[in-house]
Amino acid sequence: MSEQNDPMAEIRASFFIECEELLEALQDGLQELDEGGDDPETINVVFRAVHSIKGGAGAFGLEALVRFAHRFETVMDEVRGGRMTPDADTMKLFFLAADHVSDLVRACRDEAPIPESTSEELLARLDELLGDEVETEEADASDFTPLGFSMSLDLPDLEPEGSTFEIRFKPEQELFATGNEPATLLRNLCALGEATVRCNSSELPDLEDLAAEAPYIEWNITLKTEAAEAEVRDIFEFVDGLCVLEITSTSPDAGDDVPDVDIDAGIEVPAVLEVVAPSPSQPSAPVSKKSTKDSGEEAGGEPESKKGTAPAAKSVVRVDLERIERLVNLVGELVINQAMLSQSLDQAGLSPHSDAMNGLEEFQRLTRDIQDSVMMIRAQPVKSLFQRMSRIVREASAAVEKDVRLVTEGEATEVDKTVIERLADPLTHMIRNAVDHGLEKSDTRLANGKSRAGTVTLMAAHRSGRVIIEVTDDGAGINRERVFEIAVAKGLVPPDAQLSDGEIDNLLFLPGFSTASQVSALSGRGVGMDVVKTSIQSLGGRITISSEAGKGTKFSISLPLTLAVLDGMVVNVAGETLVLPLNVVVETLSLGPEDVQMLRPGAYVVRVRGGFVPLYDLGVMLGYRAHRKTDAGAIVLLISLDDGSRAALVIDGIQDQRQVVIKGLDDSFYRAPGIAAATILGDGQIALILDPADVIAGMGNPRGADIMLSERKIANE
Amino acid sequence: MSDQGQTNDLELLTFRVADQEYSLDIMSVREIRGWTRTTPMPHAPDFMRGVINLRGTVLPVMDLARRLNLPSHETNDRNVIIVVKLQGTLTGLLVDAVSDIVAITEDDLQAPPDISSDPQLSVVRALTVIDDRMIRVLDLSAVVPNTSDEAA
Repeated sequence: MSEQNDPMAEIRASFFIECEELLEALQDGLQELDEGGDDPETINVVFRAVHSIKGGAGAFGLEALVRFAHRFETVMDEVRGGRMTPDADTMKLFFLAADHVSDLVRACRDEAPIPESTSEELLARLDELLGDEVETEEADASDFTPLGFSMSLDLPDLEPEGSTFEIRFKPEQELFATGNEPATLLRNLCALGEATVRCNSSELPDLEDLAAEAPYIEWNITLKTEAAEAEVRDIFEFVDGLCVLEITSTSPDAGDDVPDVDIDAGIEVPAVLEVVAPSPSQPSAPVSKKSTKDSGEEAGGEPESKKGTAPAAKSVVRVDLERIERLVNLVGELVINQAMLSQSLDQAGLSPHSDAMNGLEEFQRLTRDIQDSVMMIRAQPVKSLFQRMSRIVREASAAVEKDVRLVTEGEATEVDKTVIERLADPLTHMIRNAVDHGLEKSDTRLANGKSRAGTVTLMAAHRSGRVIIEVTDDGAGINRERVFEIAVAKGLVPPDAQLSDGEIDNLLFLPGFSTASQVSALSGRGVGMDVVKTSIQSLGGRITISSEAGKGTKFSISLPLTLAVLDGMVVNVAGETLVLPLNVVVETLSLGPEDVQMLRPGAYVVRVRGGFVPLYDLGVMLGYRAHRKTDAGAIVLLISLDDGSRAALVIDGIQDQRQVVIKGLDDSFYRAPGIAAATILGDGQIALILDPADVIAGMGNPRGADIMLSERKIANE
Repeated sequence: MSDQGQTNDLELLTFRVADQEYSLDIMSVREIRGWTRTTPMPHAPDFMRGVINLRGTVLPVMDLARRLNLPSHETNDRNVIIVVKLQGTLTGLLVDAVSDIVAITEDDLQAPPDISSDPQLSVVRALTVIDDRMIRVLDLSAVVPNTSDEAA
């Protein structure tokens, strides 16, 4: 199939992109329902999401998807109509069905085989729900008869036959902007019964004041119909939030009092439109014809109008990721280039007040702005990632038969797109671990006085220029004795090793470690936390564990905001140039002889304003030089670590503070502990970018996983 | 199978490492660069000289002499870095000097005698004689440490 020039393929592609958005809205809505949100709009959002997917799928002849979505929609409709109150099991089924819809969408997109058997099974279960809940109303269960849901009216859902409605319908600008046509709506109204449509053009300004894009007119409709109010409302379903809509029902006899002239609205309304409101309706017509994309976007935007307020449609451009990548690379080159230029101007001995230097400063500022803007393009909220995780939790908890609740926090935290993509696998693994190993079985939980359902919390936040993602469970915590036993049994540590709790926890990150005594289907397939750690490290991040017996375990991932550029402090150590992330540096000091105190041989502390901070010689830690007799006179960087502790690093000199472009280090050779990445300096030399916390972790904890890893690697060679 | 007189031609890049002559299949060589200062990697294995900037990418450079457990000389300006590509990854090999490019056929290659105690042998794929000098043909995949199997 030639995807390139086939307009249908293009539309199809955009349909699938919209599906992703709709599925997200669906997940959101279900989540809200599950948490007990009783806003009637929520169920509508869910219903509309499924409905829109069904509609689009129908247009592309995706039978399997249509069939499933339709039945799902029917059940949703029962809930919407208030005839069914979903209990916990029903919600679970809804989640499964939503997952399945997304599976089907993906299968259709990739033209993969449709998982028929799951469809059938879920459909059977959905039908079961329908079966015993709505037997009485099955009579009119034709395709599409959603009955009333109460909005602001205190009216009964079902109207007696032959009622009269007074409808006030005033379109807002968005209604036209999204390609809806009032005439069609009015015609549909007329089809329900005998309708009198009056056009109220009192707000229409004089011609010179008329804003071409703004709607001014409203319609008052008196509708005599046998249809229920819900059916009337249904007509306006897709313009909900885009117009002022008031529907009042009057008693049948009162309806006769209206001294109206019956006009066939089907003729009258288009005429009015042409004369009175040419501008809003005209542009809307081509929009709705142009492609399904625009109308689809409107449908995609709709669920966002959660609380009934219609936001102005955000205009969004979809850009090929490759183009952004290219832009990011170019900006990277620009930053390197700028550093080179600034260095050569510096060497030329120009006065710092010369025009060239001033221009350079301006140039630097612009570069930074461009860079920030480019990075913003790539930033995405972690919400999509978290939603995927909620599915993992559902599947994982079902597999091990535990009751698990996933709580997410900070979904709006924006992270670089690449980071999000590459976090999916490690997070999946951690979540599965938390469900499988972290949480206890329900009976054990009850016996320990905990709630039956375990909780896994997924949290994202920005903290001091980094992104923190935490996976917390309220399970039993790490069984350190067993971890140690297993590590000894696997020959990872000598049996007589004296390890602190933190060190034992870190054993989990060693390759080939798996605490599950039996390999379950879920986790423990031999790939362990070491893979998680490696993938986090390859993103320039760190992962730490903290665990409390009986209370639970917390994995904390700390990631850089972007993968491309870093504000760094360029320093000299033992003749080498190194870069430290600027955001960890708290202050710089010059050491006097009395500042350094020995804690014990080989361990020193430095006194900073009354507090003692451990002192590390960076040159020694990186193996560049041997211990010096005295550190007096050296320059010290005071850095703060993620856990709030501080450390002092001895360096030889500070060169500069500048932005550096991060160049990833190829892992194929060897991953140096403490080295996050590299960068290219103005003179073309490579400088290593340090991860201070990692350096110190490797130093303060000589048996730490990193050192062991590197030693093993060397030994292997 | 093989046409007479048209056996598989092989071009070798020969170079000197610690006064011995080695060679590599020229197809695996990407480029040859003059010596530039490397940025050392902390705690790296002894044979890792560090990394250099190869037109914007970070290229790891390995001292071939140390890798082969040969005495390593001080580096001077005549040293060169041979950039090789193995399974899509670029690596630099620091050697004393590049000598020549020679064309031979597969028939000219001899399997190295089986002296298992010599750790060097595992990296020497074959031997050949050119102008009465013995040239060792390196097995690149054995020389360049492959960590991808470790990750599994």
